[in-house]
Amino acid sequence: MKGAESPAAEKQNDDGMVDDRADLEGETVHIKVFRYDPEVAAKQEPRFDDFHVPFEKGMTVLDAVMYARDEYDSSLTFRHSCRQAVCGSDAFFVNGMQRLGCKTQISDLEQPIRIEPLPHQEVVKDLVVDMDHFYDQMHAVEPYFKSEDTPDASDLEEQRQSRENREKVKMSTRCIWCASCMSSCNIAAGDNEYLGPAAINKAYKFAMDDREEAEIKEHRLRILEQEHGVWRCQTQFSCTEVCPKDIPLTEHIQELKREAVKKNLKFW
Amino acid sequence: MYEHDVIVVGAGGAGLRAAVAAHEAGADVAMVTKLHPVRSHTGAAEGGINAALQEGDDWELHAYDTMKGSDYLGDAPAVETLAQDAPEETINLEHWGMPFSREEDGTVSQRPFGGLSYPRTTYAGAETGHHLLHTMYEQVVKRGIQVYDEWYVMDLATTDEDDPNDRECHGVVAYDVQSGQIEGFKANDGVVLATGGPGQAFDHTTNAVSCTGDGQAMAYRAGVPLEDMEFIQFHPTSLPSTGVLISEGVRGEGGILYNNEGERFMFEHGYANNSGELASRDVVARAELTEVNEGRGVDDEYVHLDMRHLGEERIMDRLENILHLAEDFEGVDGLVEPMPVKPGQHYAMGGIEVNENGQTCIDGLYAAGECACVSVHGGNRLGGNALPELIVFGRRAGYHAAGGDLGEAEIRTGYGDDVEDETDTEFPVAPGAAGLDTSGGVAADGGVTADAEGVLERSVETARERVDGLLDKDDGVQHSEIRAKLQQAMTDYVNVFRTEDGVKKALKLIRECRQEYQDVYVDDPSRTFNTDLQQTIETRNLIDVAETIALGALVRDEFRGAHWRKEHQERKDDEWLKHTLVSWDDGEPSIFYRPVILEGQNKTYEPKERSY
Repeated sequence: MKGAESPAAEKQNDDGMVDDRADLEGETVHIKVFRYDPEVAAKQEPRFDDFHVPFEKGMTVLDAVMYARDEYDSSLTFRHSCRQAVCGSDAFFVNGMQRLGCKTQISDLEQPIRIEPLPHQEVVKDLVVDMDHFYDQMHAVEPYFKSEDTPDASDLEEQRQSRENREKVKMSTRCIWCASCMSSCNIAAGDNEYLGPAAINKAYKFAMDDREEAEIKEHRLRILEQEHGVWRCQTQFSCTEVCPKDIPLTEHIQELKREAVKKNLKFW
Repeated sequence: MYEHDVIVVGAGGAGLRAAVAAHEAGADVAMVTKLHPVRSHTGAAEGGINAALQEGDDWELHAYDTMKGSDYLGDAPAVETLAQDAPEETINLEHWGMPFSREEDGTVSQRPFGGLSYPRTTYAGAETGHHLLHTMYEQVVKRGIQVYDEWYVMDLATTDEDDPNDRECHGVVAYDVQSGQIEGFKANDGVVLATGGPGQAFDHTTNAVSCTGDGQAMAYRAGVPLEDMEFIQFHPTSLPSTGVLISEGVRGEGGILYNNEGERFMFEHGYANNSGELASRDVVARAELTEVNEGRGVDDEYVHLDMRHLGEERIMDRLENILHLAEDFEGVDGLVEPMPVKPGQHYAMGGIEVNENGQTCIDGLYAAGECACVSVHGGNRLGGNALPELIVFGRRAGYHAAGGDLGEAEIRTGYGDDVEDETDTEFPVAPGAAGLDTSGGVAADGGVTADAEGVLERSVETARERVDGLLDKDDGVQHSEIRAKLQQAMTDYVNVFRTEDGVKKALKLIRECRQEYQDVYVDDPSRTFNTDLQQTIETRNLIDVAETIALGALVRDEFRGAHWRKEHQERKDDEWLKHTLVSWDDGEPSIFYRPVILEGQNKTYEPKERSY
């Protein structure tokens, strides 16, 4: 049933943003929202709908589409939950760039504001894309500590971790699985098996955390250096650019490449 | 029809912990959740996890603080279980890889939090819930536990004997949001509800859009009492324009509250002469609104929370996330100016009545986390006590549901010979089902169908008819209109300050919402990812839950914890050391009370004046 390719929206030359935050007090905001529903005759052919939404101070892209849904068209469909950039549900392609709807201010954007589903992912309906592939890649790096099940209650001892080591992994643990990075990555677009920036970043945490066992770290490095792993990255930095949590994704990938080299040198 | 030993509904902290525990006890576990697990609202918890880890601290102090914080409405067996199990559960998380903030010597850091006599709040920056959620999800992935994500559970499949205590739960009915397919999920051993809170019953809330009280409403309609629903926590520091939460950690680290005259009002106006900003949340929330009501608010709406004096280094180390939230959602730079804050609905202390093993009065039905009421938090929850509740009682519920032995529970559930009936409150309108709308988890055939498959099939049939009805209808009222009206009524009249007239107005408005809901329809005809349909069903749940909150707020004519009544300005221990229970009795709420348990293992918690 489903299966529309997400719109091959041309990347705009600029970032779709205005130079200075606009004062839109008392104005309406023009948004153009991508629509598609495989089941509904009028929406089987993807199209854009225009909505004019009254501006309110602090209005975000998510606020605007919620308003359009609640006031104009209840079938307008998108994922959203926390409204505060931790649940990672509402990454959209806004004016040609992956952004979280809830933390993108309307007044920063050029109008009309084009709101589309994340490119390079199958569209389920309107702004909703199929996330299964993204989740599969996240799971593929075996993203969990290997220490055995649940520690014995009588053995109540926390492990030590230095502040430096915690600091080292801190940024990597901020990921909210929004898939913006994966959607922005040219390599991931061309190679469906590429692990992608989010999954590699997830692995980074386990690779760098001093509490993880050495043997397991090596096992995970082998997953990372296979054909569709870290070496596919061509350091274009698009993932780093779009990450709403400012995670230095490209740097993390590069660091893991170095780890892989180090490990291989050891074997020689 | 799908079949598993244990079905966990909801995949936040409590659900994930329950699933892991049930799996470790040998059960075939499945999670059925309307959001992918990492989207759950546990991820928004900022502050921390209270656990008596250090020498000099011990579980009895934690229990004492919690009991005092609860304003003596927590049940001692629940409170002591929380305090005893929290250290072990916290260490578990550490072993599972949770990135806790650390001391110089590499041990887990602990910081002071409101209402605590010892700095026992462990944390991971100001994003503790995010790390707990992701760490727990990793453990679910590791164990290969089946997750049906974006499956929305519509109802429970329970038998319908006259006495709810005789009923059994055999599973749930859910629909696949992506395809619209409706299916039964048979649970051979038990169903654990871990669906979170009902914050969306209010207009200004820190809660996610998905916090719609689904589990509470389903359990309620199936015959399980909802307990102490009138106790709603309003967090003192939410951002005015969106309700986004600013962690108590800011005050824990030394942040200061000022009114528009630059006064440190917590001290200067005598709200909490000892603890100041770190008094219990209910105390601080009322203080802020009193300042605003007496003309000392900023823009007549909020107060200022200042953390500039902590210095950039400390803020970046421990509260960096707060800077991002203030900037992204309020346009304020917390390093150079104070942040505007006001109270916002934050947490429901009440919920599905369970004992310390997570069991409800219906056989095979469990609940854990914010949707449940053990009761640990009583009249007021202390900051840092929600996350340990998720993992302590999530584990217990999952383990017990899988057949694990936790011993006999001390807390009783359901209507029984130890309860007292409500007799003398006058209601402005008859609450409960309106018109033909008596749909609930219990399909009415008087207990004739007893086998699990039959019960499941009947429930699936009812759900399909309901969805077809909503989709086929071409005209009527949209849920968003009803939901907005309900939220406004709750925020106007069942908020921090409550009056008898106000709560009665709210009950009338809720009644109107219920009647309007008779005419609700879903405009989107599609079966594919129909969020219009999902939200319409959620709105019904919100109406049921909001009504129990307002009913509790009306009958409890005293001031205890977060429940403030204008006409009743004192705590009435002679009359009210008891839980309010509201039970859906054939479409009609009935109200009764159960005495609170103040006898602990080693001592009795004598109610004292709660001053900070």
